[in-house]
Amino acid sequence: MRLRTSAALVAGRAARVASRLRGGGSALPGLVTERIDPAVLRHTLGSLPRGVVVVSGTNGKTTTTKMLVAVLRAHGWRVFTNPTGSNFTRGVISSLLGEVRLDGRLDADVAVVELDEAHALHFAAQVPPTHALLLNVARDQLDRFAEIDHTARLLTRLGEQTTTGVVLNADDSFISRVRGSLRPGVQVRWFGVDPSIADRLPELQEADVRFEDAEARPELGVGDGLLLPDTDGRALTVRFPGGDDVGPVVLRQRGLAAMINATAATTTARALLGEQFSAGTAARALTEVNPPFGRGEVVDVDGAPLELVLVKNPAGFTVALGTYGGEPVDTMVAINDNYADGRDVSWLYDVSFESLRERGVALTSGVRGWDMALRLRYDGVEVGQVETDLDRALDRFLADHRGRPTRIFCTYTAMMHLRRRLADRYGLARFGEEPTA
Amino acid sequence: MTGPTGESPHADQPASRPGTDLPPEFDEGLPDEVTGLAQVPADKGEVHLVHLYPREMSIYGDLGNTRCLAARLRWHGYRPVVHDHHPGGRWPQRVDLVLGGGGQDSGQARVQDDLAVHADRLRQLAADGVPMLMICGMYQLFGQEFVTVEGTRLPGLGILSVTTTGNATRMIGPVVLETGMGEVVGYENHSGATVLGPGQEPFGRVRVGSGNNGTDGSEGARTGNVIGSYLHGPLLPANPALADGLLELAARRATGDFVPVPVDDSLALGAHRHQVQRLLQGAQPGPSRRLRRLSSWVPRRPGRAGTVSAGPG
Repeated sequence: MRLRTSAALVAGRAARVASRLRGGGSALPGLVTERIDPAVLRHTLGSLPRGVVVVSGTNGKTTTTKMLVAVLRAHGWRVFTNPTGSNFTRGVISSLLGEVRLDGRLDADVAVVELDEAHALHFAAQVPPTHALLLNVARDQLDRFAEIDHTARLLTRLGEQTTTGVVLNADDSFISRVRGSLRPGVQVRWFGVDPSIADRLPELQEADVRFEDAEARPELGVGDGLLLPDTDGRALTVRFPGGDDVGPVVLRQRGLAAMINATAATTTARALLGEQFSAGTAARALTEVNPPFGRGEVVDVDGAPLELVLVKNPAGFTVALGTYGGEPVDTMVAINDNYADGRDVSWLYDVSFESLRERGVALTSGVRGWDMALRLRYDGVEVGQVETDLDRALDRFLADHRGRPTRIFCTYTAMMHLRRRLADRYGLARFGEEPTA
Repeated sequence: MTGPTGESPHADQPASRPGTDLPPEFDEGLPDEVTGLAQVPADKGEVHLVHLYPREMSIYGDLGNTRCLAARLRWHGYRPVVHDHHPGGRWPQRVDLVLGGGGQDSGQARVQDDLAVHADRLRQLAADGVPMLMICGMYQLFGQEFVTVEGTRLPGLGILSVTTTGNATRMIGPVVLETGMGEVVGYENHSGATVLGPGQEPFGRVRVGSGNNGTDGSEGARTGNVIGSYLHGPLLPANPALADGLLELAARRATGDFVPVPVDDSLALGAHRHQVQRLLQGAQPGPSRRLRRLSSWVPRRPGRAGTVSAGPG
């Protein structure tokens, strides 16, 4: 083992201890480690027997990764992953520090990592992924990625660098056309919605940035997974034409977006496991996956449920409103514009908020709380008050609605801030740790 | 316009435009809950807004500008008529104000031919004093020419005397301007560097941000009633004075007069003021963009803890 890798791992662990004591985020220890040994990922992940799986795309990375890991583990595989939603390369290294031995050995069969579109390429330059699961492309943080076409190109390049197999979204033309750029011999599996619910596709993606000349949907075959929700909307079945269907399964996370994520995860698990794949085992594993932090996570506030819903981009906010719109409760919206949130809040005008009209929004908060309230006015949604300070807003919101179910839609750094406050008061699992089932 | 609507906003309204032969693209686009905020009836006349290429050129929420103008017209007692103009579509008979937004390179390529078809018409309308607001990509297309990174010269409409050169570095970040229509806030995100031709008036002077090119302190361009600007945000909702300035020109053209009524702008002014304050607070005269971006990573004082949050992960 290289001395440099060991030195980097030691330094990174020290930073990890220090940062945990401070209650800080999970990226810094990774940064320290990467500075000392830029090739640390190759030296630790490059030789895992079942390979390295990268999950990327605009929306659903964290949820899908969690589901895929759960299904693989249920089949007896030892899986290394970055479960925190810290989807930059540094986040992967930070997760690594908790599990790797100082000689660089990792006690795992396979690595499943979620990476944002830009960091996925940075990662692939060090460790070419054996498999990639590409979910979707939507407008997200355009100040970072600049253009949706650019984002699509990043994912195409990730596909080019994948060595064994890819799983692609058949319903997203930005993703399905990646097929044309793969290395010879790379296996392609598709996931998508069952043709019988094709009319619900607009709930999952923005149609307005896809043009009529987009490629036709690919022909699906054996090994490709199709989402079929039950008529009551609670349970789902992943159909494998010519194989064993998985389900019906009732997920702990609500909505069509979680269902398509489960379909993507199941299709990928089946491609990885091959003959080992068991439909029953997969279904049981999926029913036990908790929503990731802040993605529909429910906090018990003195006996009443508070739902934290992360919103990052127009497609994600639209999906979230569709998922929760059927059960309106007292609502707060918190919008920050730090780097991790996306500094441009223009995207709020590409979301329709009409489902919030009936009840209105009790309070808007965050650095851009005023802009959020203004946006709601143009959709005819009444706003009770604006309080840009997150702590004061949370206090007031919880006090005004004590004993009643509540919901907070929040951008990334607002979610992190609010969750930390809620964790202090209600004893939640800390960021970076798994909540107990 | 900003998303699928589950119900027709006009379903339970009486036929409000009896006897008129509406063009197929007619779309008032305002939900009842928004028109309901109006304190006065819509009896001051129709004002026709044309939104150029809402599909191809509206990636940064620029649809919000159209929505803002339509709503404010209604609140002032006018009847807004919004025409979404798509490539190949029929040009509306009446035009009182024209809007355009920002797009991707692929979007610009898709509208180029249609824009050439309507070039003379748009130049004539501009010369006639029709107010126009062109943001980002459409601002560039309204200029003299665009020179790509590779050196290819693409002609523009020439309504604004500006030339844009493709650039390797993007100019990104929040902006505060001083303009003839007051202080303006927004957000820029462009790789094109735009230079004003001789005698071309800018839309504003940069107080925070990069503006046209990051060097001469100008932002956007204005000729007559045509404004080009890089500012998204979208631009108009948080700058209500600018919005009403455009509406006054459009309403006078449409009805011969502009009789505004008081509108509750507490949220718009709150959003405006909050951005001006926090951006001007951190701004030093003339720091490089790079320095300013770095300074946003410096931990802030505990006294402002409410706005400090964790970084990525």
